[in-house]
Amino acid sequence: MSVDLSVDVGGLQLATPFIAASGCFGYGLEYGDIVDLSTLGAVAVKGLFLEEREGHPPTRIVETPSGMLNAIGLQGIGVRRFVADKLPGLRDCGAVVLVNICGSTTEEYAEIARILADADGVAAIELNISCPNISKGGMMFGSSLRGTHDVVSAVRRVTTLPLIPKLTPNVTDVASFAVAARDAGADAVSLVNTFLAMAIDIETRRPKLSNVVGGLSGPAIRPIAVRMVHECRQAAADLPIIGMGGIMTSEDAIEFIIAGAVAVQIGTANFVDPFVWSKLREGLTDYLHRHDVPSVSALVGTLDTTRGHTA
Amino acid sequence: MPVDVDAVVLSNTQLSHDYNTVILAAPRLGDQALPGQFVMVKTTYGDDPLLRRPFSVFEILRDDAGRSTGVSLLNKRIGVTTRALYALRPGDHVRCLGPLGRPFSVAEPPEQAWMVAGGVGLAAFATLAANLRARRVDTTLFYGGRRADDLFHLDTFESLDVHLRLATDDGSRGDHGNVTVPLRRAFVSTDRTTPVRLYACGPTPMMRAVTELAASEGRATEVSLEQVMGCGLGGCYSCVVPVRGPDGTHFVRSCLDGPIFDGGSVVWEQLGE
Ligand SMILES: Cc1cc2nc3c(=O)[nH]c(=O)nc-3n(C[C@H](O)[C@H](O)[C@H](O)COP(=O)(O)O)c2cc1C
Repeated sequence: MSVDLSVDVGGLQLATPFIAASGCFGYGLEYGDIVDLSTLGAVAVKGLFLEEREGHPPTRIVETPSGMLNAIGLQGIGVRRFVADKLPGLRDCGAVVLVNICGSTTEEYAEIARILADADGVAAIELNISCPNISKGGMMFGSSLRGTHDVVSAVRRVTTLPLIPKLTPNVTDVASFAVAARDAGADAVSLVNTFLAMAIDIETRRPKLSNVVGGLSGPAIRPIAVRMVHECRQAAADLPIIGMGGIMTSEDAIEFIIAGAVAVQIGTANFVDPFVWSKLREGLTDYLHRHDVPSVSALVGTLDTTRGHTA
Repeated sequence: MPVDVDAVVLSNTQLSHDYNTVILAAPRLGDQALPGQFVMVKTTYGDDPLLRRPFSVFEILRDDAGRSTGVSLLNKRIGVTTRALYALRPGDHVRCLGPLGRPFSVAEPPEQAWMVAGGVGLAAFATLAANLRARRVDTTLFYGGRRADDLFHLDTFESLDVHLRLATDDGSRGDHGNVTVPLRRAFVSTDRTTPVRLYACGPTPMMRAVTELAASEGRATEVSLEQVMGCGLGGCYSCVVPVRGPDGTHFVRSCLDGPIFDGGSVVWEQLGE
């Protein structure tokens, strides 16, 4: 029996469910020498604003128990340079490109989406309404139901590309945000972005990050992320979910798929092991064989809740 | 092209209570590594510590036929990964991704090479010294440490025909003070028209001081910066360095555009800690 790793994420066809997470894989081309980008389900590129941004001064990351904090501040080349300088190379590599976009205003999100609608080689738009460490935009929208609705519907009006809002975990009831995104026209949602967090150097009594606060990622957040995927699946079973948060191995990815994710993103793990992709594919294939499951889609949301209570 | 090797520790020499040199069986790394390049090291398979840490390739080891057998790392025990490296035993495994980064430019005769090292910054220079020797470049190492027993591998550099100019904070060996003391003297005794290529690696204030001292003599310095690094491959944008360019100051990634920078282009006051 050969198993089928391909998945359909709200109209977006992927050869495998493994996607490089935004901000953890540059613009993808940085990895072109060591990873065959066409073997990834997709590449979510570093978050893009309309204009170039310098980001925060160093120090931008700090390691924490089984995780890390980052406050990069969305340094980036802006959407126009991305389309001109990076997209052709990504097309040549055969990469499926999710463009992660961020705006300070609803109008900026829509403007970026318009530019991308005319570009060749964009598979989908991931709406970053969840970046925790910029002063305007990002999580400002994603932590209000109104803001989520406004950004998603504004972008929906200007693009026919699959639209995937990326949700923040820094809210009480993430499922209500998934529902709001769906009702505003999202084709799928991705979650989670990083958890707002902080670390202090006790010798100097100063924050370890120049931005004072940053986003926590890595294995430390995985159980919370799994719970959030589960909640979104329960609240909106018709809405495809891309799950992420601390996935290091195929076992971790399978956990998210069982909870209800149709695809998963790999962020921090990629820093630890840039060659993780083939191991993920092999591990998942092996699991499907062992459990006699013919395809990834047949595994999605197969959580057995007959034992124990679920929320 | 970078490789990820699961290298076996051949030896670990503890040089003092905080410095050690680890020799790793990693022929594919040694084959490719250029002076100034680094590897991303992980000493455990677990999630804590999670991230790799950057280390300079210290020496490239070769067999009698000149084939690369591995690399060594010069380590100073400070944080969690450096503590693990200090405690390694022969037979242990260390994961090394590399070689990575932009290398030093290697001087050519008649140019002289002056390498300026502070503390564990010495790690950047053994491979460079071997390359300079192969080109018959007249090479001097200016090397500063806290005390006499804090200066290591002097014989390694002597065997590569490197002239040594030492300094210690307590004056127990070489000049009393930091490494800029003998460097300043060398500038005084060297004609400005003599071609010299300068390299520096060590604490940030020292690299800045060397760059500024050299600039006052009309000379450039290649510095090897040690930024906090997430991935080493350009993926995360955490290791950025503020660099002055024709169109203003920009943050550039140390893992791709460095770790070797023209010291004169670095905006030192914005470099962070
Ligand atoms: C260094 C770094 C930079 C990130 N940059 C972005 C970004 O630009 N846009 C975005 O939507 N998410 C960004 N993220 C969040 C990740 O895409 C991901 O949602 C999060 O890290 C959780 O997954 P992980 O635990 O697998 O890393 C970033 C994360 C890290 C660690």
